[in-house]
Amino acid sequence: MIKTEHLSKRYGALKAVDDLSFEVQGGEVLGFLGPNGAGKTTTMRMLTGFIAPSSGRASIFGHDVEDDPIAARSCIGYLPEGAPAYGEMSARGFLEFIADLRGLRGAVRRARLDTVIERLALGPVLHQSIETLSKGFRRRVGLAQAIVHDPPVLILDEPTDGLDPNQKHEVRSLINEMARDKIIVISTHILEEVDAVCTRAMLISRGRLVADDTPAGLEARSRYHNAVSLQLERPDQLEAAREALSSLPQVASVEIDGRGGQLTVFPAGSEAILALVGDRIAQAGINVTSLRVEPGRLDEVFRTMTSQ
Amino acid sequence: MSSALLPQPRLSAATAVHNVGAVFRRELAAYFATPLAYVYILIFLVLAAWFTFYLGGFFERGQADLEPFFVFHPWLYLFLIPAISMRLWSDERRSGSIELLMTQPITLWQAVIGKFLAAWACAALALALTFPIWITADYLGHPDNGAILTGYFGSFLMAGAFLAVGSCMSALTRNAVVAFILGVAACFALLLAGLPMVLDVFRGWAPPGVVDAVASLSLLTHFEAIAKGVVDLRDVFFFALTIACFLAASVVLLDLHKSD
Repeated sequence: MIKTEHLSKRYGALKAVDDLSFEVQGGEVLGFLGPNGAGKTTTMRMLTGFIAPSSGRASIFGHDVEDDPIAARSCIGYLPEGAPAYGEMSARGFLEFIADLRGLRGAVRRARLDTVIERLALGPVLHQSIETLSKGFRRRVGLAQAIVHDPPVLILDEPTDGLDPNQKHEVRSLINEMARDKIIVISTHILEEVDAVCTRAMLISRGRLVADDTPAGLEARSRYHNAVSLQLERPDQLEAAREALSSLPQVASVEIDGRGGQLTVFPAGSEAILALVGDRIAQAGINVTSLRVEPGRLDEVFRTMTSQ
Repeated sequence: MSSALLPQPRLSAATAVHNVGAVFRRELAAYFATPLAYVYILIFLVLAAWFTFYLGGFFERGQADLEPFFVFHPWLYLFLIPAISMRLWSDERRSGSIELLMTQPITLWQAVIGKFLAAWACAALALALTFPIWITADYLGHPDNGAILTGYFGSFLMAGAFLAVGSCMSALTRNAVVAFILGVAACFALLLAGLPMVLDVFRGWAPPGVVDAVASLSLLTHFEAIAKGVVDLRDVFFFALTIACFLAASVVLLDLHKSD
């Protein structure tokens, strides 16, 4: 379990992290979400003991990160931002070094090294120096070192930043695979990642926690939640469609999105309006090519909540 | 929730040695993975020989001893030791790997000592490779081998003291060149503390106790006694204390500024 109480970090007058209190339980994949500079990395650095909090506390399985740092760090596997490593070392030498520092010995050490090398498919580059590796492989080496000791807590700072879509997919599958029996905390500013891997998302803005919810819960905060979007066959019927739909009492407003013949219909209450919208548009003799209920738009929630 | 692979509590002394050893091996390998160690050793050997035979007048003196060899070591170390200590911590900061190292379950002391020992091993190897000079002296005459061994020991201690200073300077900055310049300056100040040009500044007004205190800080004074073959435990203690103080300063500086 990760627990923080009133965790804060100040740099002079700047509050990088401001009074953050939360708990994470086993099996949760928590996503720190926020714009660049919101305090995600600073929070992770405090959890891993790399920087000391200005005030407040953080503990990992009851080990305070300041009072009992070695025990706290032993429970954590950490991928720092940008996956730093020793460039002149070979991938294998680097992983062996980390395994040594993690206190792995003998047969266990060999077995764990084999496991992570296989899991992250590092076989072909084991004897290459890390500085000559591609970004994707370098990130995988960083992930391998984070899980080499099979830690109960994984803290990954922007694990997919700068990777291509295939590599992103690989990293996300890996996280999902490990999620069952671990606490995983990832930071990201990529919204699709939250849906792809997280069971819980914390939205941070200027060091403060502005939302703590499931990804679906966050989406529900969007004004697009339960709205219905339509794609008309003929864009020149946009105005006619808007008039027809606006007259429905259950509809609060109708917005035209762009020039492609798209409409979004916002409900007045919490009632489902999909069938209603479908009927009315058919009555008006307008053809639609798609009609669907919006779950909500994360990017819109993100923008609204972090720009206040 | 717990994991079977979490490090079990072990004897903390054994863990400390294990951790220092891991950092030491990595660091030493890093010296030899880049040309740094080879360049250092080569330049050290060439300059040591050149100083001994030309400036020191090894042959002309007609004495079978290694004094003309050891007497130049402080000056060789002044420029060469900061070259091997400059990257100890500045590189870690520049590449960000310090974040990785400092979030492992090891203490700052273990990392500082492991790195320091690796650099010291590098310097010791270069020093050991000067053995042909000893063989030459042995071939030409009958030197006091005990005195020569003592000289080597003194030179080794001196290298250690300079490396500790260099480690501390490297902990101050993420720029290796700045670390080098700071290292040379700090080592120079420590060397000069015993020379008249520094002491005269104090002699005019300060009580003799202060002058003696400044003079006693001089690495040169302590080194010259050992280089002549006289082992005074106080000199050995002085070097050990210098090393300990500067390593402690490295730990404090890193603790304060590691994330900068």
